[in-house]
Amino acid sequence: MPAPGRRSVRRRAISPGSVLKQTALWLICIVALTPLYFLVVTSLKSKTEYLLNVWGLPLRPTLENFSAAMADGRLIAWTWNSTVVTFLSVAVCTIVSALAAYAFAQMQFRGRDVLLNIFIAMIVIPPVIMIIPLFILMVNINLVNTYWGAIIIYAGLMIPFSIYLLTNFFRTVPREIIDSGQIDGCSRWRIFTALVLPLSMPALVTLVIVNALYVWNELLIALTFLQDDSVRTLMAGLTEFKGRFFLNQPLIMTGALIATVPMVVVYVAGQRYFVRGLVAGAVK
Amino acid sequence: MDRRGHLTGKSSVPDATVIDGAARGLPISRRAQRRRAGDALMPYLYILPAALIVGLVIVYPLVDVFQASTQTLSAGASQYVGGANYDLVRTDPVFWQAVRDNATLLLAVPILVVLSLLFAVLLFERVRGWRIYRTLIFLPYIMAITVIGTVFGLLYEFDGPLNVALRGLHLNWLALDWLGNANLAIPSVMSVIIWRELGFGTILFLARLMSVREELFEAARLDGANWWQVQWHITVPQLRTVIEFFIIIEIINMMSGVFNYIYVMTSGGPGFASQVLEFYIWQNAFAFRQGGIAAAAAVLLLGVTVVFVFLQFRVRRGGTVADE
Repeated sequence: MPAPGRRSVRRRAISPGSVLKQTALWLICIVALTPLYFLVVTSLKSKTEYLLNVWGLPLRPTLENFSAAMADGRLIAWTWNSTVVTFLSVAVCTIVSALAAYAFAQMQFRGRDVLLNIFIAMIVIPPVIMIIPLFILMVNINLVNTYWGAIIIYAGLMIPFSIYLLTNFFRTVPREIIDSGQIDGCSRWRIFTALVLPLSMPALVTLVIVNALYVWNELLIALTFLQDDSVRTLMAGLTEFKGRFFLNQPLIMTGALIATVPMVVVYVAGQRYFVRGLVAGAVK
Repeated sequence: MDRRGHLTGKSSVPDATVIDGAARGLPISRRAQRRRAGDALMPYLYILPAALIVGLVIVYPLVDVFQASTQTLSAGASQYVGGANYDLVRTDPVFWQAVRDNATLLLAVPILVVLSLLFAVLLFERVRGWRIYRTLIFLPYIMAITVIGTVFGLLYEFDGPLNVALRGLHLNWLALDWLGNANLAIPSVMSVIIWRELGFGTILFLARLMSVREELFEAARLDGANWWQVQWHITVPQLRTVIEFFIIIEIINMMSGVFNYIYVMTSGGPGFASQVLEFYIWQNAFAFRQGGIAAAAAVLLLGVTVVFVFLQFRVRRGGTVADE
């Protein structure tokens, strides 16, 4: 450990403490990366090579797994299903949550705090508790195995947290701006669309990314409400893919890798907002 | 949809007297609000769409699950059976296995807190290359659990890559059947959860650390505190609220957010050795067609959830109580 008493030691000097720290960080990074390394290199190996050379780099890299995985077009169909469900459920959730959050943050009315607290309480309720009544309900209104059934469920599950996050953000819109809008004769609606929403863009982007990743990765609802292959999402499809090709490890890894790509793109594009979203509410 | 009215019906009571712009010291907006009585309804209209969807997806099922738990649900016909489902759950060893497994997973929480703190502190000290380390440590957290579970499911196979490596290192005694051994399945799943959540904890703590005033650390060092003392007397107290937040989030996670791991890695097995409540409920409902039993277990889980609600209000109070 770097003894504080030795502050006079030159900055660049290698102390035992810094070696220890570097070693610890190296170790954790290796632990973090090894499974990902395995995922990528295995997808480039033939089944034969995988059996002979589990950990090494592929000696004869091949793309045969990729063409095999894509061959029947199901991965692409699943990806499309995930995209539709994610896009629409996040859109619905964002719109209705923003409306509600605006009322909670900027209006005075009876029952406001109680209602807001009811929404916040619902953040932590595990979806599995609702799943049986929901399933019966969806069967009765013929929405099982349809996009819209899943979209409504996902939107409903995301709304409590979304309202919480946006309410907190809308509260930070300076009163003077709202007041000046009112003095200028703007309606509430106009203040919302012309002032509050544009000022809240960062929070909205954060919310959209966090919610989109949630839906994209969700499995419980997807397995239950989108059982038919024509509407199956990518993650549910991956579990099916894994079951079907359980003897062909490189092919499974290829499917897993393909399923990861869209998310990594979203993450890299919105990294800033994503991390902010994670920290939102945590750092006061 | 009568039950939904509980939410929306209550909220549509217009009452101009409660409009209270003055509380915020805003006479202008108050007068403007009073001018039109129709305004009093407006807030409820803004909330209505969200309330309708949540009413349908969360509130109605929460009420209905109680009813479902007192019935046998099979092939469309349902029959009232009173507390019979609860008796079946109570005497089902698999249910208790699930409770035990959830409890075991809670052990991951202290491990996560300690490791996350450690790596957040190391990164915060700007060790050379800390930005790269930060990115790499966070990488597991952005992976989908289904993908992670698929990868680890393979790595942990008895003749899989992990054991190949261990045997290669002449550690044959350590090359265990990680997911196939009833005693090891849950610890193995736990290791994967820790692997992923560590990135979240580290980033969370690091973000908070960066907003701590540098002078605090400086002052402690000047007072002759050693590394451990600085962490114990400055870092931990400064991070108290965010540590609390993380602990509560992870407790909730271990109790109600691990279905994916189980489904992908063990399917609840071997036998019924790696159950968690979520999986138990889902399996009874959709694999065993025992909707009544599943509903009863869901009601019991809801009881635990009430504790979560209190816990999360504790950490979210900053957001709910007006934070001006």
